[in-house]
Amino acid sequence: MTKPLKQIHLAAHFPGVNNTTVWSDPAAGSHIEFSSFVHFAQTAERAKFDFLFLAEGLRLREQGGKIYDLDVVGRPDTFTVLAALAAVTEHLGLTGTINSTFNEPYEVARQFASLDHLSGGRSAWNVVTSWDAFTGENFRRGGFLPQDERYSRAKEFLATTNELFDSWHGDEILADQATGTFLNDAKAGSFVHTGQHFDIHGQFNVPRSPQGRPVIFQAGDSDEGREFAASSADAIFSRYATLDDGQAFYTDVKNRLAKYGRSHDQLKILPAASFILGDTDAEAEELAKEVRRQQVSGATALKHLEFVWNRDLSSYDPEGPLPDVDPDVSGTHISQGRAQVRMYRDPLATAREWRERAAANNWSIRDLVIETGNRQNFIGSPATVAKTINDYVQADASDGFILVPHITPTGLDVFADKVVPLLQEQGVFRTEYEGPTLRDHLGLAHPDAEAAGARVAS
Amino acid sequence: MSPSSSLHLAVALDGTGWHPASWREPVARPRDLLTAGYWADLVAEAERGLLDFVTIEDGLGPQSSHFLDPDERTDQVRGRLDAVLIAARIAPLSRHIGLVPTAVVTHTEPFHLSKAIATLDYVSTGRAGLRVQITARPNEAAHFGRRTIPRIEAYDSPDTRDLVTDLFDETADYVEAVRRLWDSWEDDAEIRDVATGRFVDRDKLHYIDFEGRHFSVKGPSITPRPPQGQPLVTALAHDTVPYRLVARATDVGYVTPHAADQARAIVAEIRAEQAGAGRADELLHVFGDLVVFLDDDPAEAAARRDRLDALAGEPYTSDARIFAGTPAQLADLLVELQEAGLTGFRLRPAVLGHDLPAVTRGLVPELQRRGAFRRAYEADTLRGLLGLPRPANRYAAA
Repeated sequence: MTKPLKQIHLAAHFPGVNNTTVWSDPAAGSHIEFSSFVHFAQTAERAKFDFLFLAEGLRLREQGGKIYDLDVVGRPDTFTVLAALAAVTEHLGLTGTINSTFNEPYEVARQFASLDHLSGGRSAWNVVTSWDAFTGENFRRGGFLPQDERYSRAKEFLATTNELFDSWHGDEILADQATGTFLNDAKAGSFVHTGQHFDIHGQFNVPRSPQGRPVIFQAGDSDEGREFAASSADAIFSRYATLDDGQAFYTDVKNRLAKYGRSHDQLKILPAASFILGDTDAEAEELAKEVRRQQVSGATALKHLEFVWNRDLSSYDPEGPLPDVDPDVSGTHISQGRAQVRMYRDPLATAREWRERAAANNWSIRDLVIETGNRQNFIGSPATVAKTINDYVQADASDGFILVPHITPTGLDVFADKVVPLLQEQGVFRTEYEGPTLRDHLGLAHPDAEAAGARVAS
Repeated sequence: MSPSSSLHLAVALDGTGWHPASWREPVARPRDLLTAGYWADLVAEAERGLLDFVTIEDGLGPQSSHFLDPDERTDQVRGRLDAVLIAARIAPLSRHIGLVPTAVVTHTEPFHLSKAIATLDYVSTGRAGLRVQITARPNEAAHFGRRTIPRIEAYDSPDTRDLVTDLFDETADYVEAVRRLWDSWEDDAEIRDVATGRFVDRDKLHYIDFEGRHFSVKGPSITPRPPQGQPLVTALAHDTVPYRLVARATDVGYVTPHAADQARAIVAEIRAEQAGAGRADELLHVFGDLVVFLDDDPAEAAARRDRLDALAGEPYTSDARIFAGTPAQLADLLVELQEAGLTGFRLRPAVLGHDLPAVTRGLVPELQRRGAFRRAYEADTLRGLLGLPRPANRYAAA
């Protein structure tokens, strides 16, 4: 018996503040005007995507003590722009990245429950954590959280917001004009939470929203992050978009579900992925090379080398050889406000390896950064890209992808026009939305149904 | 400087209306309060009446008939949505009217609120405002668990005065931090200079380095300067301490005089504070708040008020004057209060489903006939409607 075809889930990530976003292209539009968000969201909805995804960073990035100026800088407030997008879309899920360190559960729960009401059940929360004092300087408490407590706070934050979401059951509002009974329970919304990070009690003031709770995403990759996702998330925003890495990650995370009494389909795995489309595979390859050069200007190449060298390299020629000097491993890191720098755990070894590769291939600094940086995940004709995506999903390298175009706001258009119809023809992607909520799109049960199921099963 | 043009009108949206029994009127839609469509309809009606803006009430705890505590009543509207998000949800569906959500500053982050209102300004293309509010409720402090608000035992005690002064001082700091964050990007900071590879000119991004007694904020904002430069900041004030906040930090203050003499005195106090704060040449609006029951027959308005009071089981009282009468009578009163120095009014409809259309279809034409209200929207931004210029950026080199 052949395995039934999996349905692919697709999402659109509004291009962000990394060098993957090519702002220098003549086609690139505003990253802040609402019209860009409307175009992007309506394209995703036209293509029947599951949801739109927004990342967040709560302090402008710095390098060498100065605001980093080579990438897109600036973005809107996540909740506010998602609420506005709910007005110009009907089905598209609205996923926002919200930090559990520099927020409080009562306020975040109010905002997600409100967004869920105002969108008719389309809200989702990508729960991220941070600890850095750098970002903390923008907030009342400053950098209050030790690094090793960030997941403990995130877990308790999420558990606490769930208690708030669940403090209303959905049947309290009678609004009986004849008898004058508005609520059937004077204590609706009551909660008490006593824990290591939060000691709060009172009454939550947003009644139960259509989805009960927002869909929960998690993006961390550490063992702790994976465990957090397996225990509490509905979906993972991962970075493993190749077949082998994707399968390894997929198997690892799905195998962690059983110990929390959860089944494989209760956690979707959705890697971030970029794409380049051309009329032919060869044309797409050419375009991909061009885009990589746009993404990595000489100035950008030097700055990326600084992540590893941890030194000011501005006097080097990006078209020349790599620095002879070794990375500075003594002090604080030259770059602040980005997660990427944590990837280089052994800068001396990385520098050694890069020098060897550059010498062997006769690469300049810029060539090296282009070659060692992230290549686009899917490059090819629409048919090739559709096939690759489908193959990955059917081979359990993921349940779908969160696609990030390199051009704002029109970069998704060609995917919507050329690739989606092919996936639909193959019967692996919806041609119409089947329900109104994001849970419907992702095939996730409503939390009340899940709770009822658990009661029956036990 | 006080404005001299025709009067300005806003309506305050809250649940089904300001009378606690308003939800029981057949015209009310109490089951729709948590839907976007309900708010969209209200704002569309207000916009049809060419109103300057709507405010949207909010709070960090259940609504209550008590000043300081939850009341556990089940016969009034309870539960609400976040006002900033309601405003954002409505913004793309409206074109001219200003959107002014309430935000409680006592337990929230200036950094988050600043970018939220800046974003509301983007999604409304220049129609955002903010009404700042304090909370002294101990139960709301317990929802956050970050600070304890001492219980107010007697309203005229020195402790109460100190607490209220402290909360308003913090609000002034909060508004200052929010305003600096809005200015932390100069308008032309985004340069997209392909030759040098620079997206922004970082010399035009500014650390705000705000340090106050309750918090400090480094900046810059993550959100570029909003279309209006400075979205509208507003506050409701009943006493000297909040009048000072209005005079020093806001663009519109809402006050609650019950007669023209009182209005004159309040306006004089605020204007004196305004001059003392060095803002004498800046336009600052002082709006009068009024609860309104409007019917073509004055007896019907009074009867409606009595009927709702009977349903509520007690007469409705308010910090603001309660007006029951005809649109023409209300127009007379507004003109009289305007002559006492108020520049506009924030009307609180007793029953939104009834009294909001009575404002837009009754009061507004009445004022237009007297030449006291606009006949078409004359500006693209909320500041523009209120005659406020787009301010220069405090960080930009002159």
